Amino acid sequence: MQNTGNASPASGSFFTDPRKRAWLFQIVAVVIVVAIGWFLFNNTQTNLQHRGITSGFGFLQNSAGFGISQHLIDYTESDTYSRVFLVGLLNTLLVSALGIVLATIIGFTLGVARLSPNWLIRRLAGVYIETIRNIPPLLQIFFWYFAVLSPLPGPRQSLELGEVFFVNNRGLYMPAPVAAPGMWPFWIALLVAVVGSVLLRRWARARQHLTGLPFPVLWCSLGLLILLPGLTVVISGVPFDWDMPVLQGFNFRGGWVVIPELISIVMALSLYTAAFIGETVRSGIQSVSHGQTEAASSLGLRPGLTLRLVIIPQALRVIIPPLTSQYLNLVKNSSLAAAIGYPEMVSLFAGTVLNQTGQAIETMMITMSVYLAISISISVLMNVYNKRIALIER
Amino acid sequence: MSNTTHTFKPSLPPPTLNVGVIGWLRTNLFSSVGNTLLTLVALYLIWLVVPPIFNWAFLQADWAGATRADCTAEGACWVFVKERFGQFMYGFYPAELRWRVDLTAVLAVVGAAPLFFDRFKHKARYGIALLVAYPVIAFWLLYGGFGLQVVPSSAWGGLMLTIVIAAVGIAGALPLGILLALGRRSSLPAIKVICVTTIEFWRGVPLITVLFLSSVMLPLFLPEGLSLDKLLRAVVMVVIFEAAYIAEVVRGGMQAIPKGQYEAAAAMGLGYWRTMGLVILPQALKLVIPGIVNTFIALFKDTSLVIIIGLFDFLNSIKRATADPAWLGMSTEGYVFAALVYWVFCFAMSSYSAHLERKLNTGHTR
Amino acid sequence: MKMVKTTLAIVTTAAVLGVSGFAQAGATLDAVKKKGFVQCGVSDGLPGFSFTDAKGAYKGIDVDVCHAVAAAVFGDASKVKFSPLTAKERFTALQSGEIDVLSRNTTWTSSRDAGMGLVFAGVTYYDGQGFLVNKKLGVNSAKELDGATVCIQAGTTTELNLSDYFRTNGMKYTPITYDTSDESAKSLEAGRCDVLTSDQSQLYAQRIKLAQPDEYVVLPEVISKEPLGPAVRRGDEEWFSIVKWSLFAMLNAEELGVTSKNVDEMAKTPKSPDIGRLLGIDGEYGKDLKLPKDWAVQIIKQVGNYGEVFERNVGAESNLKIKRGLNALWNQGGIQYAPPVR
Repeated sequence: MQNTGNASPASGSFFTDPRKRAWLFQIVAVVIVVAIGWFLFNNTQTNLQHRGITSGFGFLQNSAGFGISQHLIDYTESDTYSRVFLVGLLNTLLVSALGIVLATIIGFTLGVARLSPNWLIRRLAGVYIETIRNIPPLLQIFFWYFAVLSPLPGPRQSLELGEVFFVNNRGLYMPAPVAAPGMWPFWIALLVAVVGSVLLRRWARARQHLTGLPFPVLWCSLGLLILLPGLTVVISGVPFDWDMPVLQGFNFRGGWVVIPELISIVMALSLYTAAFIGETVRSGIQSVSHGQTEAASSLGLRPGLTLRLVIIPQALRVIIPPLTSQYLNLVKNSSLAAAIGYPEMVSLFAGTVLNQTGQAIETMMITMSVYLAISISISVLMNVYNKRIALIER
Repeated sequence: MSNTTHTFKPSLPPPTLNVGVIGWLRTNLFSSVGNTLLTLVALYLIWLVVPPIFNWAFLQADWAGATRADCTAEGACWVFVKERFGQFMYGFYPAELRWRVDLTAVLAVVGAAPLFFDRFKHKARYGIALLVAYPVIAFWLLYGGFGLQVVPSSAWGGLMLTIVIAAVGIAGALPLGILLALGRRSSLPAIKVICVTTIEFWRGVPLITVLFLSSVMLPLFLPEGLSLDKLLRAVVMVVIFEAAYIAEVVRGGMQAIPKGQYEAAAAMGLGYWRTMGLVILPQALKLVIPGIVNTFIALFKDTSLVIIIGLFDFLNSIKRATADPAWLGMSTEGYVFAALVYWVFCFAMSSYSAHLERKLNTGHTR
Repeated sequence: MKMVKTTLAIVTTAAVLGVSGFAQAGATLDAVKKKGFVQCGVSDGLPGFSFTDAKGAYKGIDVDVCHAVAAAVFGDASKVKFSPLTAKERFTALQSGEIDVLSRNTTWTSSRDAGMGLVFAGVTYYDGQGFLVNKKLGVNSAKELDGATVCIQAGTTTELNLSDYFRTNGMKYTPITYDTSDESAKSLEAGRCDVLTSDQSQLYAQRIKLAQPDEYVVLPEVISKEPLGPAVRRGDEEWFSIVKWSLFAMLNAEELGVTSKNVDEMAKTPKSPDIGRLLGIDGEYGKDLKLPKDWAVQIIKQVGNYGEVFERNVGAESNLKIKRGLNALWNQGGIQYAPPVR
């Protein structure tokens, strides 16, 4: 077995011919994997049968019969388990999306702060990163939930901001926009503005290629995006009615509420992940050699432009792969929300549903495949992006 | 020509605003309006955060006493941590046998110490001997048997359990991870597919689902009557899970080895295993030591998740103690103490990794 | 690498070949006897039912049921190992064979009894779901809870009953579900929720864990039937009988006036034929159950009769001070009733 590689000379005997041996090797490996798989499957099958445990996915059509504290889609107790699954999935995606956006913003800020010419800022960012990334995320979730958010006052003593926003230990209450009827001109104006900005950007780019003259695309599109819909508002009135939260009985009713479980998990995960992203960004920026900055300034680029056109595009190549794995970690860590009762996939589906139905294998299978699917999609997306910005070598 | 010689005036001292404390402050803190503003904001933030924490943790804290009634001051009550310290460290490990845990820890420190001295000659041989002998001794001391009273793993707990899981996890994940990485880089398609699938599967699912699977569902997959220790199962899952991450780190290192090295090894007539073992892996592993240590840190932090399957690790023993009716309202103290301990361990590891990175940085990196 | 694979192959083949037959009735008893202890799934911290004291020893009614089974099988009540389980884990743990008995204040329902591959061995405690609220809210009845935020333990029947109750009464609520009762109690205290719902016995137990128990009150409404009892895996009638009769032995002992103190004496000179049969002086009733002759003596001596267990853990001698109520014997105004040993 010393010479399995491609280096040894071919000879006649079966066991000394590397190619034949490679085949043998692989067949053995495949057989073992299949055997283990079959062994586990068979055991499970017989165990289930023997113990009279219901199996199959029929349970998904049964009515759930329990309430859920946060659902992004309509949900009542009489809805089915498959609806519960959707609710859980959306809640997981919500945490992941919020976490990724926040962590990226905070992380990039930290990364830049780590390289700031200001000693104090540099140090603070360093201390923050070293503190946060060395404490388990679960502990940080507990911290936000039990130490920061639970001591907030109850609903009747809410902290309020202009009688519009209310903060208490039940969450953050804010007015919810409700689309008013007859608002189509607003939406059309918004659509026109968006399409217009895209076209404008294309045109400006083409012009710069031909003539070298820059065009203030950003300001123009911003103007377009504000002015056009703004005009319709002036003409036909505000497009939304606001549904205000009102204290009624035990709680506030109406409006939007962000539950403290969501706040805790998002805060903890984004601050935790941001510490890692900060380090990634720092090393990415540092990986761009100083000559690049010098070359850029000798070409007459201003520092801002140097950063935007020279440093960042090159740094991104180094940053993207570790950034992807940070995003993946964040998505997987969102499952820790189960520890504080936020209704996401693991706590809702692999927890409550599993327990109400007793169908552990099916629910765990579904849950794990969902995480796999999310992970794989993020990887694929980031790989595509990575390919687009990768260095094209000649 | 007159013989007037030109004498230089003694040079002036540098402008006071550019050197010394003031100069340093100017360049580092107040170099521009924006910077000054940032500095002031940062100072304000520090003033906002640090004094209250310091007050709470030290100035107004309770240190002496034995019961909840001794918690009289405004700030933290460290009496709680002091009273429950034994439980936090050893869980329910019998009090009269705790010397065995201590001895195991001391042995680890003493045993590993020579490895950190550069002048020690037989590092490799000693290291391997230690790797073989220590786990056996440690297991014997912790579990018992052969003359020692048996302490079942269900009585293990606290920081000791956390360290056991982490240590076994690290020791198991590294070799398995290297094997998986080799498999992933293999030229045999079937092996490659198996390894890639394994790695991607384990990296794609959250550890808590895996732990749940192992803790309550595993017997469903195994023949009836075959039962494995709960701790063992958790540790095995941690090993496989982290091995997938190690595999990716090691693969990164292997990809960084220039092709010439493989070709040179082949030209020397080395086979696959010798090429890998003698040429590629030593270089690749050296390159990715920081990455490996980072994975270890992640592993150490991940051990806190065994709380989900009801093992009494460090975090769980603290959480349990805070629910004790005799010590209500101590959760902040408990969690702060937990954070501090985790931080010390992880920070030590990350500092060591940074030190190694500097030491091994022989100028190949950009 | 090849070595690893070869080893794996051998192990796999061995394992595949080794597992030809499945457990027949009696497999659990044999397995338990072989490993030398009963693996018992209990709750993770509920005063009175199962909780750990400062030394890490388990105490409570649910725990005593496990001790009784061990006393019956081994004649030694200490041969039990406990697995603390959350409500979410418990059924999976029993189904999978992780534990031998599930004694974790679990409600007996038809779907659990039939669909999940478990079977309940009896009722250790007749309970009902109630509500615990802060007195400050000024709520006197569960009917006034419209719009309240409710803390519940995930994966329990209470989760379902709650939703039924609010729907029937046309009220709305927001559920906050936690994995453990500790977390629910902590959240009630912090004001995250207005009301905590659970079985009434649990509410009393959780109330004494609060910082100021007197600030909280259990509302009068009982909204469901919650017969709590030990469960075993389906398909092993022998083991099922052992658990069932361990429980019945405790009930019969109380009815017959046999206590942990007088059991030795009674065993020597039984006062009635009933006592003689229970204590194995007369007949071979232990053998029918595949248990030693003195199985009931051991249970009563080491664990106590039902009344003793109740009073010690949740009744007058504990700090829960729960009255017997429904859990009194059938001839004393309750509904606890055990078939006779004969």
